[in-house]
Amino acid sequence: MPGREKRIGVGVGSGRLLLLLTLLLVAVAMVSLMLGQLRIPPGQIVRILASPFFPVERTWTPTIESVLFQVRLPRLLAGILVGAGLSVSGAAFQGLFRNPLVSDHILGVSAGAGLGAALAILFFGNIAAIQGLSFAFGLLAVVMTYGLSRVYRTTPVLMLVLAGIIVAAFFSAATSLLKYIADPVNNMPSIVFWLLGSLNNASNKDMIVVSPMIVVGVVVLLLIRWRINLLAMGEEDARALGVDTGRVRAAIIICATMISAASVSIGGIIGWIGLVIPHIGRILVGPDNKRLLPVVTLIGAAYLVVVDTIARTAMETEIPIGILTALVGAPIFAYLLRKNRSGW
Amino acid sequence: MASVVEVRDLAFSYTGRAADAIFRDVCFSVGPGDVFFLLGPNGTGKTTLLKCLSNVLQGWQGAILLDGNDISSMRPSDVAKGIGYVPQNQVPGFPFLVRDIVIMGRAPHLNVFSSPASRDRLIAHRAMETVGILGLADRPCTTLSGGEWQLALIARALAQEPGILVLDEPTSHLDMGNQVKILRVVKALAQSGLGIIVASHFPDHAFITATEAAILNHEHIVQKGPPDEVVTGVNLRQAYGVDVKVLYVGEGVGRKACFPTLADF
Repeated sequence: MPGREKRIGVGVGSGRLLLLLTLLLVAVAMVSLMLGQLRIPPGQIVRILASPFFPVERTWTPTIESVLFQVRLPRLLAGILVGAGLSVSGAAFQGLFRNPLVSDHILGVSAGAGLGAALAILFFGNIAAIQGLSFAFGLLAVVMTYGLSRVYRTTPVLMLVLAGIIVAAFFSAATSLLKYIADPVNNMPSIVFWLLGSLNNASNKDMIVVSPMIVVGVVVLLLIRWRINLLAMGEEDARALGVDTGRVRAAIIICATMISAASVSIGGIIGWIGLVIPHIGRILVGPDNKRLLPVVTLIGAAYLVVVDTIARTAMETEIPIGILTALVGAPIFAYLLRKNRSGW
Repeated sequence: MASVVEVRDLAFSYTGRAADAIFRDVCFSVGPGDVFFLLGPNGTGKTTLLKCLSNVLQGWQGAILLDGNDISSMRPSDVAKGIGYVPQNQVPGFPFLVRDIVIMGRAPHLNVFSSPASRDRLIAHRAMETVGILGLADRPCTTLSGGEWQLALIARALAQEPGILVLDEPTSHLDMGNQVKILRVVKALAQSGLGIIVASHFPDHAFITATEAAILNHEHIVQKGPPDEVVTGVNLRQAYGVDVKVLYVGEGVGRKACFPTLADF
């Protein structure tokens, strides 16, 4: 099995695989723009997308154009960025914590964001407040985790994990308390639905705020991706190799937290992506983060676009995306573990 | 690159209090071609001492000078360019290929945002060639035997292009064939001009490769000098609490070796 894994990694040239995945992402994005209550043929999509830049004859109704630019495009962008972001931060965390079962939520970001959203639903009730508070509380939770881990002098990585568990438990309990005291007719369902995740609310206005944070986080993680290999060898090895482990660790945590908090603020809690996608990437190119992270970025983006398209088209009403990522992700993960018995 | 490392009055404590020091007043120096053999019972701080030397642990008292510069005031990457560290066997978390692991030794020579280039691959290739593991380059490290993994870690340290090589119990957990293989590599590296510091549980091995031996016990270096003078029955008795005879073995061996007498067995 290990020999086979290697051959796959070397057989498909890294460059060709990236090109292939890019084409896949473009194709998936096109299909996603087409589908919905209003079907838009691909030719028309291309012409509408080109119309702001080139003189194209308008053969479509303003409704179609507005659906494309105001609804589907921002939602597609949200799917691409959130999918890529959560996958890359998941892979980076797995390297940092030297554990392939770690995901982007390990430092408590989603538990914190959940409490922020619940508070906003109870006290303000508008989308801007939900997005703002969930982002702020997501950051707050990670800052608390990081601060708590610094109290103890030894084994910083282990302390981060334990502090993450403590902080997440605290924030989750507070969220449960709010659910318990919330008005069961209006507020409680809102909190529950928000926690299940959806890209339904992604608007152009949100994307202008959120995109830069996710893009910067992903780009920085991609730039330092070889250093993540060094941390994956362990704190002491990395230090002996001259790595300023504290700084690299802080950079990874800051980027991943920015990505997760921004993602959660527009899409609610979307699980399993940061866990499953890096595994698919490792099967394709092996564990070397230099090759893994670019591949994971593209697969994650394509995967969430597909799942989100299913979420909004499969049934009359929209299926919460967090349910789908888990429903699809868990069997995929079970299959991967079976196939990849020899190692991660 | 020829380097000299000089340790002066080194002391270290995990609590930061001088009274809790693991060891103190440690002095020695290692230059090109030297093989400094550090012996001592379990738990006396040999590993801690090596971690101070390789910048894994900080906050020691005293001075560690690399070519005259105190490493506590040097940039971590500059220390890693001068001193390569081969840690004790530990299982890696991910099945990195051996060549991916060896090339990690290039880290101190690269800035934060760059990855290894063709020059780095060439240096990693030469490092694997030097220790004789070119054939393992494309193997996932999770499939290596203990001896192969040890050689891969030595190759990684060589890829740092250091003047000083620090090895922590490189022959522990290895079978006799692999022990000899590692000792042969250590000897060859010393002959090529590296200064080498080895922590070991095998006093015998001092007679095979060491130019100088020392025993760390009761917080101090209690003996230091040529292997013949340090590895003696009296000193081993003090260090390990068992009676040992150090005998010269002639026929086909031609060196000294240690034999526990086991008189009260």
